[in-house]
Amino acid sequence: MDTVVKPQYNDGVVKAFTLAAIVFLVLGTFFGTYAASELAWPFLNFDTAEITFGRLRVIHTNTVIYAFGGNVLMATAFYIVQRTNGRPLYSNKLAWVQFFAFQIGLLLAVISLALGMSQVKEYHELEWPLDIAVAIVWLLFTFNFTMTIAERDKQKVPHIYVANWFFFGLLIMVTYLWVLNGLSVPVSLFRSYSMFSGVQDAMIQWWWGHNAVGFFLTAGFLGIMYYFVPKQAQRPIYSYRLSVVHFWALMFGYVWLGAHHLQYTALPDWVGSLGAVISLAMIIPSWGGALNGMLTLSGAWDRLRTDYILRFLIMSLAFYAMSTFEGPVMAAKSVNALSHYTDWTVGHVHSGALGWVAMVSIGAVYHMTMKLWKTEMYSMSLINFHFWLATIGTVFYIVAMWVSGIMQGLMWRAYDDYGTLAYTFAESVAAMHPYYVMRAIGGMLFATGAAVMLFNMVMTIRMANARQTQLAHA
Amino acid sequence: MAVQKPKNLQEWMEQNVFALMFGTALAVSVATIVEIVPLFYLDDTYEHTAKDESGNLKSPELLWNRGDKRLFYKDESGNWVSDWKAGDGVRPFTPLELAGKDIFMREHCMYCHSQMIRPFRDERERYGHYSLGTESIYDHPFQWGSKRTGPDLARVGGKYSNEWHFMHLKRPQDLVPESVMPAYPWLAENSIENDFFNTKRDMKARLEAMRLMGVPYTQEDIDNADEAIKGYTEMDAVIAYMQVLGTMVKLDDNKVYRE
Repeated sequence: MDTVVKPQYNDGVVKAFTLAAIVFLVLGTFFGTYAASELAWPFLNFDTAEITFGRLRVIHTNTVIYAFGGNVLMATAFYIVQRTNGRPLYSNKLAWVQFFAFQIGLLLAVISLALGMSQVKEYHELEWPLDIAVAIVWLLFTFNFTMTIAERDKQKVPHIYVANWFFFGLLIMVTYLWVLNGLSVPVSLFRSYSMFSGVQDAMIQWWWGHNAVGFFLTAGFLGIMYYFVPKQAQRPIYSYRLSVVHFWALMFGYVWLGAHHLQYTALPDWVGSLGAVISLAMIIPSWGGALNGMLTLSGAWDRLRTDYILRFLIMSLAFYAMSTFEGPVMAAKSVNALSHYTDWTVGHVHSGALGWVAMVSIGAVYHMTMKLWKTEMYSMSLINFHFWLATIGTVFYIVAMWVSGIMQGLMWRAYDDYGTLAYTFAESVAAMHPYYVMRAIGGMLFATGAAVMLFNMVMTIRMANARQTQLAHA
Repeated sequence: MAVQKPKNLQEWMEQNVFALMFGTALAVSVATIVEIVPLFYLDDTYEHTAKDESGNLKSPELLWNRGDKRLFYKDESGNWVSDWKAGDGVRPFTPLELAGKDIFMREHCMYCHSQMIRPFRDERERYGHYSLGTESIYDHPFQWGSKRTGPDLARVGGKYSNEWHFMHLKRPQDLVPESVMPAYPWLAENSIENDFFNTKRDMKARLEAMRLMGVPYTQEDIDNADEAIKGYTEMDAVIAYMQVLGTMVKLDDNKVYRE
């Protein structure tokens, strides 16, 4: 009887995206751990071009951002849009086309980056044929998502739910960024040159770079937060009004921030200063959003003791709040003078990426796994174990980078009693060794957690399938 | 805008998906236009186009005044030479340097080595005069970088000999024991004439693309581009590229190039 009342959702494709995401989470964090280890022990490069740090770092960032992050966003967007609009996808076929095109693209991405084909624009490395392919996949995604909402039954669902707004921000802005930053002139199948140069190229790159964080890694994941935190807590979102303000402030404000990556460079000073000022102001909407998620739990805080999935979600908001405070601090000019070019930046990115993006995704994926396969998890205590591996791993990572980053910055600018530079660059590199080791351990813990999660998911799915066959036979 | 009048506009956008798309697109465009568009027309984006109060160019000497001088050619004894000398001003890369930049990009050197010296005393003493925007006008894409796992390279040109670079790239730890840089022994074995999958590295196409984007190569430069990388290894090309970095302009310590 249930099936008559409930709309039929296209969950097959959502399942596929979900599984792909976790497979890539394991791979991507492993690549990252290996790259981190290369900095601690350079012999690990083994004189092999494909795995030298320069190339592996890029493979790592592309795997975690696009392969893991992209698959999570596609899985959750399709999961949420169906449930908040009470209807299946506009086109299930198109969603499958998107799935296969995206996975093939990712595979080619890893191979081409290992070979060194790259535009060398940070976080936008794929050479032009793949660059265009990804853009097409993205447009398919945008089209399918938009049409699913447009063709909803407006009597039943008059308003578009807030999670979907954030996905819109993601879809629109990333298209815009990807296309403009990717403009280039191809000279062969494997090489193209950016259409811009010098100052303009720098500004467009960091306009892209920071908004890749702001929209790909924040807006979309806030969409996840706005759906899964209330669902898992079984309470409505704390404040609708706050989410309206949060949304528009984020859409309008985030775009200004890119310039803070270029302070004290040859970029005209007014742009960098503008970026820094608005960066400070962005604390307010970011914290508004984090509070909106956390306060959803008010009156139900005790559930954190027993609900391990909720733990992931709430811990992710704590890291979100922490890194959105740290970001504006680092954008302030006097701090930036010290922190820029150091490991502090790397630590900041990872407190956002591991602590916020990965943790909110992990929480959402555990929630979805149980709903999609209609079962309990194979092991709840493994989820708890994963939670501690992920949290401790992240803390190890960012503490190591805080210490090494600040130390680097101070060593580079230190003077001795004679008024000459106190340290050679090589001495500052040598001083980093213990922190690079610590960072690699942090990454290892996090990657192990991801592997535990994959194991738990595979066992859960096997369990669910076995039960279904049993039911079918009975 | 939307935030100020939430009742009507917000309601409308919450019910009409295309209105929401439009509103969002509008919100994200403002900063893009304000921060990026002026960089394409303001004179003081680059030091060589910046003007003083009476409208005269402040530092036109930063650009190489090429006239009918040649960027690269073969002399009587068959060596590649140039009419340009270090300090003559910013000029396009020679084909060998540009090919070297290709390798520099393939290995993602920029991800650990910035090319952007900031105007601080310690950076001045460690790396040299702060970098100018004009110094990267022909850099498609720019190579300022964002991280110094290794030292800045903006003015590395001429600091070390070619032999030093050769040994360092082959095995960095032989010269700098503390270094965490990977070794690049294959650079010395690969011919720069070959690109991926042993296809030809088409320098002519590369220079033509650069000219299309406004880098002032002459037809003669383009015609001789493939010839100019013949017989070199990837290592030679990378070293040629590094040796020119920061040497193009002669900077006056007493002059304020940038506010």
